[in-house]
Amino acid sequence: MIHCVLHDPGDSVAVVVVEGVTAGTTLTGLILDEDRTITLPCVQDIPLGHKVALKDMAPGDTVVKYGVDIGKVVARIARGQHAHVHNIKTKRW
Amino acid sequence: MQKTFWGYRRENGRVGVRNHVIVLPVDDLANAACEAVAHNIKGALAIPHPYGRLQFGADLDLHFRTLIGTGSNPNVAAVVVIGIEDQWTQKVVDGIKATGKPVAGFGIELHGDHDTIMRASKAAREFVQWASERQRVECELKDLWVSTKCGESDTTSGCGANPTVGDAFDKLYAEGCTLVFGETTELTGGEQIVAARCRNDQVRAQFMAMFDRYQQVIDRHKTSDLSDSQPTKGNIAGGLTTIEEKALGNIQKIGKKCIVDGVIDKAEVPTGPGLWFMDSSSAAAEMVTLCAASGYVVHFFPTGQGNVIGNPILPVIKICANPRTVRTMSEHIDVDTSGLLQREITMSEAGDKLLAMMFRTVAGRLTAAEALGHREFVLTRLYESA
Repeated sequence: MIHCVLHDPGDSVAVVVVEGVTAGTTLTGLILDEDRTITLPCVQDIPLGHKVALKDMAPGDTVVKYGVDIGKVVARIARGQHAHVHNIKTKRW
Repeated sequence: MQKTFWGYRRENGRVGVRNHVIVLPVDDLANAACEAVAHNIKGALAIPHPYGRLQFGADLDLHFRTLIGTGSNPNVAAVVVIGIEDQWTQKVVDGIKATGKPVAGFGIELHGDHDTIMRASKAAREFVQWASERQRVECELKDLWVSTKCGESDTTSGCGANPTVGDAFDKLYAEGCTLVFGETTELTGGEQIVAARCRNDQVRAQFMAMFDRYQQVIDRHKTSDLSDSQPTKGNIAGGLTTIEEKALGNIQKIGKKCIVDGVIDKAEVPTGPGLWFMDSSSAAAEMVTLCAASGYVVHFFPTGQGNVIGNPILPVIKICANPRTVRTMSEHIDVDTSGLLQREITMSEAGDKLLAMMFRTVAGRLTAAEALGHREFVLTRLYESA
């Protein structure tokens, strides 16, 4: 089963694509642009559609998805944690 | 892929895939009469809306352009127009008449609703019977105009449903179809990707001018970072975090090969084949209404969390890759591409699946939104009435 997908191998987050992903699961991630898989630990429950961090990130870091800047980190995120509006904000507006 | 389809070739050469007779109000005051006519005459479709009084300048121009464009759309066989006053009613009638299709206009003043409804019903009855004898003819694929706009997106939109549209758009572009995308503010964070895809420096400059103008609208009116509006609450519930992330998912709809051949203002008609960018709101019903007014005859609408939108005259095909939405809102989804996210199908297969549904829809299959009676018709306003 594919638990999460990412677009570019350099992305810092991946999208959970199944329901019921819980802390302690070892996730299989599909890199869409390369059609190969990776594995990573999941340390928090993450809902379908929400993002899991692929690496440790500190406030001020840029979050990368699709190989492109999608915003800035505003609270520390560890690899395998839930990455969303509580720790990432837009750089626009 | 099949190279032809069967459609209704209209008097001006454009091809429709539906055969509606519409009863079109010029203004809010004419809604009741239009709905009465549609009640009297089976097969006549009223398209009520809340505007059309004391608008002026560019906002009024857009109002007329949208109404005339809706009536002129080749999915419409004939039109009955009703307005409170004769003059603006006649302006809409004349605009639609340029296509050569049957159109009749009725002003309510000096007649009242009863007399207007009686006379308009007689015209609608003639139009419906006339339209019922129009026959489909075989048409080249390049005669098909296809629009796209996504809604209630989530992260599965960007990795599943939107690139499915992108793959289909790449294939239709190669066939010489006329395509459009828009949603100006929902390109924020990916605007340089779109700019790089523009045909030439002139188109690029026009696109960036439209993009920058819309950013100024946001800056002028915003009271926050728009994290309550764009992304929407539904987007955030679905896992989208920032406007940049939403925009990069959005842009997947224009595929990998399409070139942005030109730009159009809201409800303007493109002047040739290729992919057009329309400067538009990202609100679903507004954008789809504008696509219909620009003359598009079938619409690709990818969704993640499950937007239920339709349009009175434009068949809206829903594509979804979120397995939960496909399960919980199945009556709204025409094309399920959730298999993409489990590597069960390839992107090209997903695109072909959408194109197969497009051909079925074009041939007459009702979309989920049509079957459910979704007829959202929402006019874009630029500013206050006088």
